[in-house]
Amino acid sequence: MRNIWTIAKREYKLYFISPIAWVVAFIIFLVLGYFFYSYILYAANQQLTGNGSGYVPDMQSILSPLITIMLFASPAFTMRTLADEQRMGTMEVMLTAPVRDWELVVGKWLGAFLFYITILALTWIYPLVMNQMVKPGIDQGLLLSQYLGLFLLFGAFAAIGVMVSSFFSNQIAAFFTTLGVLLILWLLSFPVQASGGVGGDLLSYLDMQGHLYNTFMQGIVELKDVIYYISITILALFIGSMSVETRRWR
Amino acid sequence: MIRVSGLTKDYGSRRAIDNLNFDAERGEILGFLGPNGAGKTTTMRILTGYMPPTSGKAEIGGFDVVDQSLEVRRLVGYLPETVPLYPEMTVFEYLKYMADLRHLPKPNDKVEAVLEKVHMEERAFGYIDKLSKGMRQRVGVAQALLHQPQVLILDEPTIGLDPAQIIEVRNLIREVGRERTVLLSTHILSEAQQVCNRVLIINKGKIVAEDSPEHLQTRISGANHVTLRIRGDAADLLEDVRNVPGVISVTRQGDDVLEFETAAGIDARPEIARQVVQNGFDLLELHAVNLSLEDIFLQLTRDEPGALNQAESTATEQVEEA
Repeated sequence: MRNIWTIAKREYKLYFISPIAWVVAFIIFLVLGYFFYSYILYAANQQLTGNGSGYVPDMQSILSPLITIMLFASPAFTMRTLADEQRMGTMEVMLTAPVRDWELVVGKWLGAFLFYITILALTWIYPLVMNQMVKPGIDQGLLLSQYLGLFLLFGAFAAIGVMVSSFFSNQIAAFFTTLGVLLILWLLSFPVQASGGVGGDLLSYLDMQGHLYNTFMQGIVELKDVIYYISITILALFIGSMSVETRRWR
Repeated sequence: MIRVSGLTKDYGSRRAIDNLNFDAERGEILGFLGPNGAGKTTTMRILTGYMPPTSGKAEIGGFDVVDQSLEVRRLVGYLPETVPLYPEMTVFEYLKYMADLRHLPKPNDKVEAVLEKVHMEERAFGYIDKLSKGMRQRVGVAQALLHQPQVLILDEPTIGLDPAQIIEVRNLIREVGRERTVLLSTHILSEAQQVCNRVLIINKGKIVAEDSPEHLQTRISGANHVTLRIRGDAADLLEDVRNVPGVISVTRQGDDVLEFETAAGIDARPEIARQVVQNGFDLLELHAVNLSLEDIFLQLTRDEPGALNQAESTATEQVEEA
């Protein structure tokens, strides 16, 4: 456990040293800020003119764009985790230090995940502001459910990124492969709608978007969704550890 | 401390090391000498638990490098060929990180102590990014020494250092080697000669010679090379010298210079001198040439492995061709 924490701490600090993290974080908050402002303005206008549909802004209008950005940003955050160690030759010292292979992989994941949690924590500014503007305040149960969903989703994003990064010594290859895997899992909802039967059931179980929008985003917390994201995370970290281990045999 | 038996590693169809056997004890500095691609790095990577062997067994401090990898890694300090550094960290941060991974008590003190050893105190808070190659190498050495390991494995530790730093690192290795076990690879022969108690010459994955540097030298150059300079044309003397007992081969190096090789244990110089004078030549110079470790190394690694005796004759042929 201690090794995981040591590695995670270094990874986490590294995000604040590397320019990528700052650039992506800047874009995230620029876009979210824009959306937030627009929705608030839209709602305010309707209130003033009094002829609207009674639109009340909720957090999904912020969290949906956040997920979309993270779908593309997460591969950029995780691409270097293990690929760069391999490229720089530092993998040799990590694999000959008294650290288990899975501790290295989990440490890398935890570092990335902590960074995502930091981004997620910073977005709390929006519900706090929104809570002041909407009477009688926003639905806090819904808010917690949405954030729990995102928390689990980002954990899976980070795990998949670290797993793919372990396959490559090239960051760009890791980036595009991670992006591909995430997009396939995310966009499975379209074939799910089109297909039925056992195949359709399987696809809908794997569908990353369905497990979020059908429940967490509606304020429903179901065990099967929690298990889905946790098992994706564990599976990815397991494959990542295997990949680091097989690297020794190559 | 280190026990290796029948160690073999294949990369696909290429055999990188082939049935290596050697031991190293505490207080011994063992040098691994060989041309590039001989299998030095592969052997070291197996010993440090970076990769498993295809077959054979290796033990460090009684622990098997495959089955008890973590115990072995705790005992070993390792400097890989490409110095493993994170450019975005400072020297201190990096060493502290490595100390934390090894669960060292009082990591800050340990880092300061090792920085002092490699004379990097004043650069402790500089970014690794900005360090010269020699300094990076020293940080790499510091990383390997950090936990005062029982076994130190160094892959080309002095590469990229300036002469003063090379001497420092060699002294450091000698100091560590007094009470611990050091295995270092190098292709610089004088280094092996100066630092190591024992040298393994490895070529194409096989050990071709194993001895102390001094023994190795006498063993191979047991046959003496002697250079003779006379006044006049040496060609006329060629036949006479060749017939002197104990002379194995004679070559003419220049108009007035002959070089010849004598069998081990026989000093043919007095008889040769007599021949020179009896044939009416003036003897200007007669001296024995010692084969340097460089020559020995070249001989051993150019040939098929295991052919110590052949090495001599081949070298002579090459002299004759020249």
